[in-house]
Amino acid sequence: MTTLTIPAAPPVQLAVPLPQQRSRGYWAGAAVRFTRDPVALSAALVVFLLLCMAVLGPWLVPADPYAASIFNRLKPIGTEGYLLGSDELGRDMLSRLIVGARLSLFVGITPVIFAFAIGSVIGIVAGYAGGWTNTVIMRTIDVFYAFPSVLLAIALSGVLGAGIVNSLISLTIVFIPQIARVAESVTTQVRGRDYVDAARASGAHAFTIIRVHVLGNVLGPIFVYATSLIAVSMILASGLSFLGLGVKPPEPEWGLMLNTLRTAIYVQPWVAALPGVMIFITSISFNILSDGLRSAMDNKG
Amino acid sequence: MDGFSDIGGPAQPMLTIQGLQKHFALKKDAFGRGGGVVRAVDGVDFDVFKGETLGIVGESGCGKSTTARLLMQLITPTAGEVYFDGRTVGGRDLPLKEFRRQVQMVFQDSYASLNPRLTIEDSVAFGPQVHGVSRKEAVGRAHDLLARVGLSPQRFAERYPHELSGGQRQRVNIARALAMQPRMVILDEAVSALDKSVEAQVLNLLLDLKSEFGLTYVFISHDLNVVRYMSDRVMVMYLGQVAEIGPSEALYESPAHPYTRALLSSMPSMDPDHRTEEATLAGDPPNPINPPSGCRFHPRCAQAAPVCSQHVPAPVAAGASQGVSCLMAEPGKGHPLASALLRRA
Repeated sequence: MTTLTIPAAPPVQLAVPLPQQRSRGYWAGAAVRFTRDPVALSAALVVFLLLCMAVLGPWLVPADPYAASIFNRLKPIGTEGYLLGSDELGRDMLSRLIVGARLSLFVGITPVIFAFAIGSVIGIVAGYAGGWTNTVIMRTIDVFYAFPSVLLAIALSGVLGAGIVNSLISLTIVFIPQIARVAESVTTQVRGRDYVDAARASGAHAFTIIRVHVLGNVLGPIFVYATSLIAVSMILASGLSFLGLGVKPPEPEWGLMLNTLRTAIYVQPWVAALPGVMIFITSISFNILSDGLRSAMDNKG
Repeated sequence: MDGFSDIGGPAQPMLTIQGLQKHFALKKDAFGRGGGVVRAVDGVDFDVFKGETLGIVGESGCGKSTTARLLMQLITPTAGEVYFDGRTVGGRDLPLKEFRRQVQMVFQDSYASLNPRLTIEDSVAFGPQVHGVSRKEAVGRAHDLLARVGLSPQRFAERYPHELSGGQRQRVNIARALAMQPRMVILDEAVSALDKSVEAQVLNLLLDLKSEFGLTYVFISHDLNVVRYMSDRVMVMYLGQVAEIGPSEALYESPAHPYTRALLSSMPSMDPDHRTEEATLAGDPPNPINPPSGCRFHPRCAQAAPVCSQHVPAPVAAGASQGVSCLMAEPGKGHPLASALLRRA
């Protein structure tokens, strides 16, 4: 039997001068937790690749995405010169999918950014003020919230007229109530915390309290929710393009491509499904990414 | 930001509370039913004298914490006046912001009362900066106070609340309150969430700070031993009203109100001479939405008489400086045991 002995340790220097301990900031901690989540990391990688594709698209394409060829329509995947087949006008699918990332991501992300800015302000003001202010603001918001988002987007786009800018505006309006509601509920929670009461007890002005004590604690959760809306926004924007209210042909945008290829679904089902696959990959990556951000930002675990 | 001069002299109470009430309205349903009010604090009068510690005790739900928040003006009272050093709080002579420089509060939940996104020094330095102290000076003051409450600024100043223990966080909260250089501090169950050894350290720290900075405390707790240890005078609350108020020793040695007696006898005692003889309290306090008629304590009182459900007892003097709200202390009201209580007092 071996005995467990610990070799005599050298005398410990007791009065170790303690270094200035700068603990990791909150965001640094969240970043470390995020890098330990393989699923979220791979989603982040996919999102990064998509963004690269959107930025570098025109330099990556193997062929001209606008060049039609009447003889090479609806080629199957793997055809010589058409790696992912060709669409109903004989344009190279791979090139169109790559170039389409730019518009698709643009119409997906832009409305969310604007809605995030406007909706957060509305929600935080309502949540912090409480009482009657809250009731008035939130019931007004509820009027918009009552419409199904697809219907509201179509109705607004229909009123504003077709075009990318108008479809962005209508999508922004669709998302403002959703973000405002999340912002309001998070702010109401934070408003009830003792540290906000302590700040009020120090005589601080409401704006100072919001800036110093509320914003830092509510923007994270609102941001995470907004990230999850990017996928919805892309699908809605695709829907608007599909109805002819958003992007106009021949611009490559995944939703529009899905629309124009639907007639070919019996001839070349795999080619026709490709834009849908791209939308699916993008939306699920953003969803997983936002899930990962949510858990990484929870520092109580 | 300078210290504050004494306005009314030592005889002027630091805080005078008159007829303080807070009723929380309950939501009515769609048919307009059920719109009652919770009488959380229902007509409370008391003074807090300069330099003393006034302890407030009572069961859960008796209105202790609501009283604290009312004193701090975090919620608006339904009725009643708060005078600070003789001046109406929120009035022309004493705007709310000014009042809040002079009175600070320490909350029970040490974690919830610190912003998780701010470092300790930022939390402590926030208040003075609100009142125009430069950031550099405020941080310097924060470091001094952290050192004073026993947290080395080198080690703790730049840490975040979740990296500290409960006792350390409560020290930070105390430092934050003191950073405003207040004259009065309201301690709302400030040590209740700490374990006993840490509690004792923090209590002694509070006593040291009191004499060092010449503070006045309102010390709220449900722990009778702690209140006795800390307080010069003690106020017993029951269902939103004051049952009894008086100097700590007198109140603990000769309680005049049956509720105080019941509370004290519910304290576990190691001394066989002080074993529980009277019936301790049974059940929960009644619902403050629909409080009992007459004396609010009569359904649970061992000495209740029929008269107790008819008359509301007024606060009367019992002994040298004790005040009590009990019909037994008012001989004219027809309680059969009225004389017994007077003999005791």
